[in-house]
Formats: sequence, structure tokens, C-alpha cells
Amino acid sequence: MEKDISESIAWAKINGDVLKSLEAPRKLYWVILVAALTLFGVGLGCEVYQYQIGMGVANLNNPHVWGLYIATFIFWIGMSHSGTLLSAILHLMHADWRKPIYRFAEAMTTFSLMTAGLFVMVHLGRLWQFYYSVPYPNERGLWPNFQSPLLWDAMAIFTYLSSSVIFLFIGMIPDLAICRDHLHEGWRKKLYTILSLGWEGTDRQWRNFRVTYLTVACFLIPLAVSVHSIVASDFAMSQQPGWHVTSFPPYFVAGALYSGCAAIITLFIILRYVFRFEEYMTLPILKKVARLTFAISMVWTYLNAIEFAAVWYSHDQAAKDVLLQKAMGPYAPFWWMMIFCGSVVPLMLAVKRFQTNIPVLFAVSLLLNLGMWLERWMIVAPTFSHGYYPWTWDGFQWPSWVQWGMVFGSFGWFTLLFMLFCKIFPSVSMYEVKEMVYHRSLASKKNELAEKGAH
Amino acid sequence: MSQQHILALFNNFENAEAAIYELRAADIKGFNFDDLTLKSPIEHHEVEDLLGKRSANVQWFTLGGALLGGLLGFFLISGAQANFFAQMKGGKPIVPFPPNFVLTYEMFILGGVFISVLGFLVCAGLPAKRSPLYSAKVSEDQIGILIKADASAMAKIKKVFTDHEALEIQEEAGK
Repeated sequence: MEKDISESIAWAKINGDVLKSLEAPRKLYWVILVAALTLFGVGLGCEVYQYQIGMGVANLNNPHVWGLYIATFIFWIGMSHSGTLLSAILHLMHADWRKPIYRFAEAMTTFSLMTAGLFVMVHLGRLWQFYYSVPYPNERGLWPNFQSPLLWDAMAIFTYLSSSVIFLFIGMIPDLAICRDHLHEGWRKKLYTILSLGWEGTDRQWRNFRVTYLTVACFLIPLAVSVHSIVASDFAMSQQPGWHVTSFPPYFVAGALYSGCAAIITLFIILRYVFRFEEYMTLPILKKVARLTFAISMVWTYLNAIEFAAVWYSHDQAAKDVLLQKAMGPYAPFWWMMIFCGSVVPLMLAVKRFQTNIPVLFAVSLLLNLGMWLERWMIVAPTFSHGYYPWTWDGFQWPSWVQWGMVFGSFGWFTLLFMLFCKIFPSVSMYEVKEMVYHRSLASKKNELAEKGAH
Repeated sequence: MSQQHILALFNNFENAEAAIYELRAADIKGFNFDDLTLKSPIEHHEVEDLLGKRSANVQWFTLGGALLGGLLGFFLISGAQANFFAQMKGGKPIVPFPPNFVLTYEMFILGGVFISVLGFLVCAGLPAKRSPLYSAKVSEDQIGILIKADASAMAKIKKVFTDHEALEIQEEAGK
């Protein structure tokens, strides 16, 4: 059986390799950065245009009051679940293969949430009205409606974002101390000196670090589940046909883990090449992530089938009409594409030789996320175009170029933040990789001794 | 008697472990075992056996923070809703528990996480100034043992370190 990581890597080499990634990435890094900056510029331009002219340019109108903005908002919230899965759930399960890759997954969580938060503002149009979703009374002493899932959403996302940032930072402190100790003088060294808080790796620090990390991990798991359940409640607690479904919260959570895992594969492959992390982000680890993604894809497929069945057998004619419209109406190409990308394409991950085939995995992971983005769009748009009242049956309202520009801009914004993070902070956890190497070498020494004893 | 610091660096955990066992067994005058600090690039679970049970009290901060967050959340929401006591609610409760539970739960987690981190900083003594003796090699691949002891005990401590193949020994006079 192939090893997740070589036990013979010297600890000094681990430091050296990861610190090198902060200085000299491959050229592709800069290409990605420029592309991300360009996309972000497009998104920013669209936002400025929409802000100046008004929401009309987004082609958001009755009955289509939620468009790509809310669909993409859900997509980015979903993406954020990967970090929690890899960092918290697998940490509690003692799956040590997560160690070389969890840092960038945590960063993904943080930046996805930041991107998702932007869509709330973009969707509002009048940015200053954001404060209506903050638990703060207006000039008449009226508080927001605490019984609204939209307010729960604001609170849940704030909690998740702040906790994720804290989790990312706490987990990074020992590595920041390594950066402080081993990088040359300059602004970076000053930054690491401040952020490492004077960490020296004493027994007292490690002891409290372990308890804190575990505690925050324990909090993050129910928090992640609650965040996406609450996002699902934005829909499920309404009376709209197609949304008022009991299985929506678990369906959303499964979808979130699914798109997060697919994104981990994409970024794994990119970082492995760009920062020359072949020794740490190994193919056996990629294989495990691919298998995990396959398992979650099947859960998602099952929950999709449950949702369709629940609608079909519920005798709710309006909900049934929405489902039929998705399958046979103007949204059919996108809906079938969603089914194909989300349920058929992942079957390739079940084939052993594809589980370590980097070009195939890269393409599959992109298709999976295309499917997951379409899923969110197919949740939002068809219901608005086929509500309870006939006047809503306008069929199809194609989003304007401003909406599309903002969607592409969000990918640029996310990529920009993520790539800058990977260049400034270690994207592979050095101390955890050392722990992994240490424990595995101890285990193999024990095995050798046991074998010698047996002979 | 003036106190001094001494730091020894070891190539591996086994040598450091053996040195600590000997220091504990040696009962050197002027050296208190609680003044020994182990520094390592990774977390060693074996350290607890080695140094004896030393407390980690972060979990009490967590408990306090979570309870405080939950209570604060619930009373903030209920207090805001109680402003509407004079309005007709059509038979609905002024303070509805099921929807309030969601935000209470979020605040429970928020309080738990924030105060846990505060607890971590307090319990781990962070942010901290550099200790009198520090080597960057500890964050790379070497294990360090830092001891604060009377000047009279230094020779014996140094000998223990040398006997266990310390790679480097640094000494500094204390205040």
C-alpha cells in the first residue's frame, strides 16, 4: 500500500520546502493571480455600475426577485464547509492524512464566507440597508424580526466567519513562529513576530493549544451544520412551491460538503503544482479525498431523489408543476446538466485508476462544482418563475450581464484572496506534517521490532 | 541565591526524555522540577507522563463563555421582543421560544469560541516576550529543555545535559 507521506522527510526539509512556497512559486501562480485580479475587476465594475444606475440593470424584477446573487451566495456558503470537514470532523476522527491539506481548506472556508457575505450586500443594492439584518434597533426603537430566518442567517454567518478566522489563526500560530524564526528580516518577519504572539513551543503552550484546538473544532461542527441548515430555512420556511420541503436542511448540508470536497480537489491540484508540494500533497491523499467526494456525491444524489419523490407523492400540485417545469421547461438544459454533473460525473471517482489521475480529477472537480452551482440556481430561479399565482408564470428570465459579471467577479475575488493567503502564510501546516512523519516513523519502528521479535 | 537560566538542545525526544528523568531523580539542591520547561517543534503527548500532570484550564473558559453567550443571546432577543408587550399579538407569545432557540444556539457557540480563545491566551501565557534563552532550532527539529535554577545547581544540571548528548548548551545569568 502506498504511503500518504514519506517517513524519511527531515523536519528541517519540511520547514524549508514550505517556507520556499512563500518566496518563489511557479509562474502559473502569477498567471492565476492576474486572471483573478481581472475577474475581480469585472465584478467590481459591475457593482459600481449597478450602484450608480440601480438594481434594474441586474434584471431582477417581479417575480424574479432573487437571481444569481442569492444562488451564488448559497454556493459560496456551501463551499465553506470543506474546511470544517477536513479540519474539525477528520481531526476528531484522528484521520491524520488531513494534516498536509487542512490549512488551505480552512483558508477556503474563510474566504468563501467572505465572498458569500459580499453577495448579501450586492443583492441588497442599497448597501447601507445592511444594518436591517443586524440586531440593532432603528430610530423608532424597533428591532429586526428575530423570528425571520434571514436574521438567523446574518447571525449564523457572522458566527461561522469569526469562528473560522479564529480557528485558522489558532491553528497557524506554531507555523507563524517557524516563519518568524527562519525568514529574513523585513515586513514579513515583523508580521509573523506580531502574529505568532511569542510562541516558543513550550509544554504549557502545546498543552493549552491542544485543548483549545479540539474545543473550537467541536464547536465548529454543529456550527457548520447549523449555518447551512439556516440557509436552507431561508427557503424551506417559506410557502413557495418547491422550497417548502422538510429534507432541505440535510440536502443543503450534503450539497455544501460535496461542493467543498470538489473544490479541495481543484485547489489541491493547483497548489501541489504551483508551490511544488508533491511530497506533501501526495497522490494517496488525493485518492482519499476523491473517495470521500464520491461518497458524499452519492449522499447528495440520494437526497435529491428523496426531494423529487417527496414532491411527486405529496399531492402538492404547485410544487409538482415546479418540478415538471425544471425537467421539461425552459430550465431543463440547466437542470439536466446539474443532474449529469452532480450525479453521473462523480461515478468516475469510483474507478480506481481515475482516483490518482490528476488531469481527470481536475476536470471532474470543476464539473462537480459547475453542477453544484447549477443546483443552487435551480433551487432559486424555477420557483420564482412558477409560483402559486398565474401572473408569475413568465417562464424564464435570463440574468443580465451585470449579474453574470458579478458571479465571475466573485470567483476572481475568492481566488485573489486565496492565492494571496497562500503566498503570505504557510498553506501546508509544517508542525502537523512533522507530527505525521514522527508518529508514522514511530509506528513503523514498532512494526519492525515486532517482526524481528516474531523471527 | 541568584537564579540563572540554562537551555539545552537535543537532537531527539528520547535523549531529552532521558535527561528529564535523570534531573527528576537526581534531586538537585536549588532546582525545582516545576521550573523546567520543555520546548519542542511538535506536540509530544508523552510530555505529560514525563513532567507530571500540569493543568490546562481552557475548558472552564469554554464552559463559562458558552453559557454566557447563550444567556446573553436569549436575553437580548427576549428583551427586544418584550418591547412589544403592549401590541396585540393575536394570541401568539411575546417571547416565542422555538425561533429564539436558533439565535441562542448561535450565541452559545460564538461565546464558547471567543472565550475559549481568550482562555487559551491566558492559560498559555500569550502574547509573551521571548524567554531569556531561545533557539530558533526548537521550531525546526530540536528539543529544548529550559531550566531556571540557583547558580549553585548549574554545574550538576549541565553535567546531566552533557551526559545525555545535548547538542548545545546556552547559559545566561538571571536577575
